[in-house]
Amino acid sequence: MAYEDRVTKQVSVFLENKSGRLAEVCQVLGDAGVNMRALCIADTSDFGILRLIVNDPGRATRVLQERGFGVGEADVLALVVPDRPGGLASVLAVMKQRDINVEYMYAFFITVDGDAVVLFRIEEQQIASTIELLEQNDVRILYAEEVYAL
Amino acid sequence: MIWDPENECMDPEQRRELQLHRLRSTVARLAANVPFYQQRFAEADVSPLDLKSVDDLRYLPFTTKDDLRETYPTGMIAVPLSELVRIHSSSGTTGTPVIAGYTRRDVDIWAETIARTICLGGGTSADILQVAYGYGLFTGGLGLHYGGERVGCTVIPMSAGNTARQVMMMRDLKSTMLACTPSYALTIADEIVDSGMDIEQLHLRNGLFGAEVWSDSSRAAIESTLNIKAHDIYGLTEIIGPGVSAECGCSCGLHICDDHFIPEIIDPETREVLPAGERGELVFTCITKEAFPVIRFRTRDITTLHYEKCECGRTTTRMDRVTGRDDDMLIIRGVNVFPSQIENVLVNIEETLPHYQLVITKEGRLDVLEVQVEVSSEIFADTIRGLEAVEDKIRRELASALSIQCRVKLVEPKSIERSIGKAKRVIDLREE
Repeated sequence: MAYEDRVTKQVSVFLENKSGRLAEVCQVLGDAGVNMRALCIADTSDFGILRLIVNDPGRATRVLQERGFGVGEADVLALVVPDRPGGLASVLAVMKQRDINVEYMYAFFITVDGDAVVLFRIEEQQIASTIELLEQNDVRILYAEEVYAL
Repeated sequence: MIWDPENECMDPEQRRELQLHRLRSTVARLAANVPFYQQRFAEADVSPLDLKSVDDLRYLPFTTKDDLRETYPTGMIAVPLSELVRIHSSSGTTGTPVIAGYTRRDVDIWAETIARTICLGGGTSADILQVAYGYGLFTGGLGLHYGGERVGCTVIPMSAGNTARQVMMMRDLKSTMLACTPSYALTIADEIVDSGMDIEQLHLRNGLFGAEVWSDSSRAAIESTLNIKAHDIYGLTEIIGPGVSAECGCSCGLHICDDHFIPEIIDPETREVLPAGERGELVFTCITKEAFPVIRFRTRDITTLHYEKCECGRTTTRMDRVTGRDDDMLIIRGVNVFPSQIENVLVNIEETLPHYQLVITKEGRLDVLEVQVEVSSEIFADTIRGLEAVEDKIRRELASALSIQCRVKLVEPKSIERSIGKAKRVIDLREE
């Protein structure tokens, strides 16, 4: 894929709604020296999906699989969003122009040059066109390497 | 290779004469030694002298699993107990265990029938046979063990369990044949995949799998993962254990040792004998056993018999693979459900059989079937929508296959207990 270097790998973990499972994931990653950069949890009454941005997604996936977790990797975009009222709205407006469908999004703990970083999950077939569109509209997309090193 | 060409390829007419001779002598011994049969024969007003042909078997009374439970533990034993050299027992998964006694000659006959099974499954004296059936009261382990020694295989008596060690021995001792339950074969296959072992390091060629009902999809999964030919083998503790019948390389049903066990097919409702080629309940009569011969034992297994000579050269009667046992059948809101139906739906969705479990509960007066499916990499999605779509798809396909609604719950990988013997796929929490 073109723009491959601007696609960040998110690690997704299937969790049953049972106590202690999230703690176990964090422990496994901690023991493996994997540092978490951003996370979000989506849940239903039966299960949840933990989405993680880490410094080393390959290693995180491997150690979690070894410990029997259901793990997958997904492609996401890390966009730099101006940290001011209407900042996110302006980015979303750009995407709306072309009917780009955001599956989900969540924000980083860390800012870059005073701006917020928000992760966007876009349908796979739209990723390349989204990157093109955003760059034409001067929305900064972080390179995957920058994200892992945040 | 055919283990016993004289008996396995015998002219069918000659075999019928042999069967009649053996049947009459068995009935005479039971009438003399087992009060249960004395009474049943008297009620049916039959004596061994009435048996003019094997077809006259139909005048003899049936034996059911309940009869065996009522005569627990040794009421059916037809010899003085001091003549027994071995005791086995059914696993008791479906009720009171059945005690099977063997005389020295019974143990010998058993080894012969399992030697046939091993050769039907492509085995020879050059094979290294890893027996991963449980050893003990269960007939699987010791049955295959003695049969393997009879053929002259190198037998590795692993018993069931300790899967990592199974795989290590399999690799290091270059096992060529594996005998275990199909569900344990899948557990071993998982272990091989998880350990990252290259399948090329193994030397397995054939597998002998039985003691539980398994679907064609499980067979495909075992064959592709272990890179072997999987043979279905069939037996029941009530008849002798494994060794009753097994598939040859022609994949055209299981050859029955019918010079030892006479098969019949009956209509389970009317109990009338059905003509050759019709599907119904399989019934066996033991005609060579000394200690524990049962007459017309109703297996509750549904199948069809075939009497034509097989391409492999054997003339023994063949039975179709049993894909559902009455005992496994669940009745959910009045609808008959076989776990194998659910397996077929799951395998079609994921392409490989996932680990699953069925939990049945009652909510008010209503039965609720919950199908728990482990989330494998094939069905994992990072969106709720994606996972709910998987649940929904499984739910819809099950509803159309089973004609009942069920709940589907995705669970974490490895959260469903792995089996080492008979798979415990069903947890029925309904109060009787």
